[in-house]
Amino acid sequence: MTQPQTVVEMTGITKQFPGVKALSGVDLRLRAGEIHALMGENGAGKSTLIKVLTGVHPADAGQVLLAGEPVQIRGPLQAQQAGISTVYQEVNLCPNLSVAENIFIGREPRAFGRIRWKEMRRRAAELLGRLQLDLDVSAPLASYSLAIQQIVAIVRAVSVSAKVLILDEPTSSLDRGEVEQLFGVMRRLRADGVAVVFVTHFLEQVYEVCDRITILRNGSLVGEYEVAQLTRLDLVARMIGKELQVLEALEEQPRSERAVVERQEPFVRTESVGRKGSIAPFSLDIYPGEVVGLAGLLGSGRTEAARLIFGADRADAGRVLIGGRPVSLRTPRAAIARDVAFSPENRKTEGLVADLTVGENMVLALQAARGWARPLPARRRDEVVEKYIKALNIRPADPQALVRNLSGGNQQKVLLARWLITQPKLLILDEPTRGIDVGAKAEIQKLVVALAEDGMAVLFISAELEEVLRLSHKVAVLRDRHLVGEFTNDERLTAERIMETIASGAPA
Amino acid sequence: MTALTRHRLFWPVAMLAALLLSNLLRGPGFFAIRIQDGHLYGSLIDILANAAPIMIISLGMTLVIATGGIDLSVGSLVAISGALACLHISRQPDQNAMVVVVTAIAIAIGVSVVLGLWNGVLVAGAGIQPIIATLILMVAGRGVAQLITGGQIINVTSTPYKVIGSGFIATLPFAFVLVAAIYALASVIIRRSALGMLVEAVGGNPEASRLVGIRSKTLLIGVYVVSGLCAGVAGLIVSSDVLSADGNNAGLWFELDAILAVVIGGTALTGGRFSLAGTLIGALVIQTLTTTIYSMQVTPQTILVYKAVVVLMVCLLQSPTFRAKVFRRWRGPGGGPPPAPTGAPISPAPQPADRSEVAARTATVSKEQAA
Repeated sequence: MTQPQTVVEMTGITKQFPGVKALSGVDLRLRAGEIHALMGENGAGKSTLIKVLTGVHPADAGQVLLAGEPVQIRGPLQAQQAGISTVYQEVNLCPNLSVAENIFIGREPRAFGRIRWKEMRRRAAELLGRLQLDLDVSAPLASYSLAIQQIVAIVRAVSVSAKVLILDEPTSSLDRGEVEQLFGVMRRLRADGVAVVFVTHFLEQVYEVCDRITILRNGSLVGEYEVAQLTRLDLVARMIGKELQVLEALEEQPRSERAVVERQEPFVRTESVGRKGSIAPFSLDIYPGEVVGLAGLLGSGRTEAARLIFGADRADAGRVLIGGRPVSLRTPRAAIARDVAFSPENRKTEGLVADLTVGENMVLALQAARGWARPLPARRRDEVVEKYIKALNIRPADPQALVRNLSGGNQQKVLLARWLITQPKLLILDEPTRGIDVGAKAEIQKLVVALAEDGMAVLFISAELEEVLRLSHKVAVLRDRHLVGEFTNDERLTAERIMETIASGAPA
Repeated sequence: MTALTRHRLFWPVAMLAALLLSNLLRGPGFFAIRIQDGHLYGSLIDILANAAPIMIISLGMTLVIATGGIDLSVGSLVAISGALACLHISRQPDQNAMVVVVTAIAIAIGVSVVLGLWNGVLVAGAGIQPIIATLILMVAGRGVAQLITGGQIINVTSTPYKVIGSGFIATLPFAFVLVAAIYALASVIIRRSALGMLVEAVGGNPEASRLVGIRSKTLLIGVYVVSGLCAGVAGLIVSSDVLSADGNNAGLWFELDAILAVVIGGTALTGGRFSLAGTLIGALVIQTLTTTIYSMQVTPQTILVYKAVVVLMVCLLQSPTFRAKVFRRWRGPGGGPPPAPTGAPISPAPQPADRSEVAARTATVSKEQAA
């Protein structure tokens, strides 16, 4: 083979937002028939770079060459016409339309001005069939899981005849099998000569499918590397710089060093609590100072279980005891009054109020508990906000910044701060480290350990078994909306054993 | 300069100033203010007095819109409130007795509050979409007002009652002083308590608000009650001004003027951030416009067309998308604002306030970083 053809060459890309230099002099080269990882912490400029390439943001300086020709991409539509398709982190399809409609929206097969529905469904089924997916293409998209929706988004992007396919964290909501499926598609596209840009936070996945890596840090280019010639440690070191020691220290912390939990009386006890169609009745004790991990696949009922304990959904069976007394958790408010806090999985739709400032978002839970008539005194508010911005290392360290302008990791920290301010006795964290960078992830994990040492009970939900194992005193395993096993986290408990339980449904 | 143009109130104020100045073309008489019998007189004073009902209604409407809702029933409430007050006064032997007027006001306000509560319960309790829930009372309310007045125009002669709409206090129109008092009270309550933040949270993200334990239902019912209350007060001003209650025409189309005032003032119809001061300026823009057009001797039949044109201009000026398109070439490369969000905004004036604030806030950040 000769030198592979370069399809996209971006040089010296600079982009300034009011007050923030998002990109300064960044290069990106994409070759035909490669999977190219774009790595960097949150706020490193990955998303901005992609948005420049797809024409969402015009670059302030720099040049984009497409197949050797300088181009000015003025919008996503033009980018698409030039063969650059994107699948964003958040699925941006129409959940109320059918799968087939979503794939062909805006370019429906037509005859005499009307849409050929049959043809459209046939072609949709065919496209999905190439991914070994057998879906009812006339069912509304919303009837499928988030993972399937993500794949439909990819199918849509691919079917627009892409020369360059950009996948912005496509795997963050997929389970292992689905990730494999996706990788299959990516490899097939690579074989077809497509340049695939893969943005992800999962290091392992980079080494699994990628050929080359471009690393960004703080809006600047760190470098471009062959995957085979870059060790994992080098990769992490280049992404986060000096904060590496923090992560290593945590990685290597032996489990036996965790404080032993004195089990006198559980803070929360659920007795056969369940809700039809959501989670089968389950019993679980969470003691003060204990981190309980909830493991299970996507859709196994992890979030649903947490929502019952928080009163976000109402249980229709069993009872919940808090501090030894039965309580009625009809609303989140009732749970909050009993010192329970819940940081939801979906930061944007269920967590943050994007229009409010960092400071306002942080005091929201405390203020809600006080009621509108008893505002937090301004001085005390500024104090707690300052304190937690510092303690959690939230950037920018500006209480007046709008929370929508923060990166994912910092938004997550704002959510955490919101609940820590209320000084809860049980903190429920639903995927607190999903989609955030390694540095922030280490900080949050460290925080969880510290909180438990101070006597807080923590219910920790994560799709990453390693993370669950690292932090938890006890791991509860869910499978198909049933709690199927509960393990004390000692030396004998391994990720394999949990996976076996998830696979077989019986404690191994 | 850009800091100034990005202030959230810049465009509403600029519009108001432009409208006022346009009256100079017809001579300086418009700005003349004279004192007669210890009262201020002049076109500007007229505008303040005539804008009072819309200003008060718009304040209530701002809160409703900030929660992501809308209240279409305010026009009908104006008619009901005025009808009730006038009916009560007209039945008393001595219309000038203070107790009669106070009772009339209490009845009108009380019923307005109850009707606001009805709206709130339909929206927050029954979960009906605000536009539908309040449409019910908008339509039915006219009928109720007609029932109260028996299909007639009720005239009253009460001197104390007349003060509300056309009296003066410390040389200023009483109605305007009332607006100022209500605005001051509302500002203090909303910004000194946590009410403003909680309303913005509920409007910005209802589900997140539920999950942090905000009593959204109570809050929602509350804002509709306040809106009803405001409409009731406006009804008193309107009926007192003409000393009569007309169930058919009192407060007609007020809901639309109020919504426009809120939007011109920079509060987005999608809910979230709101500005009471902006709303007042928006209401003044609308009233100035009406007054200006009338004084140009435009026939009443065509006045709505002129009004629509100017309102369209205001909304266009406030749209970041439009501004980015039109003003880009004047500012030179790199100086323009970032392009508007690609998501199609529902309101004609999407988040101008937010954008300007972002700019202002990030500007201070960069200064600190540079230091």
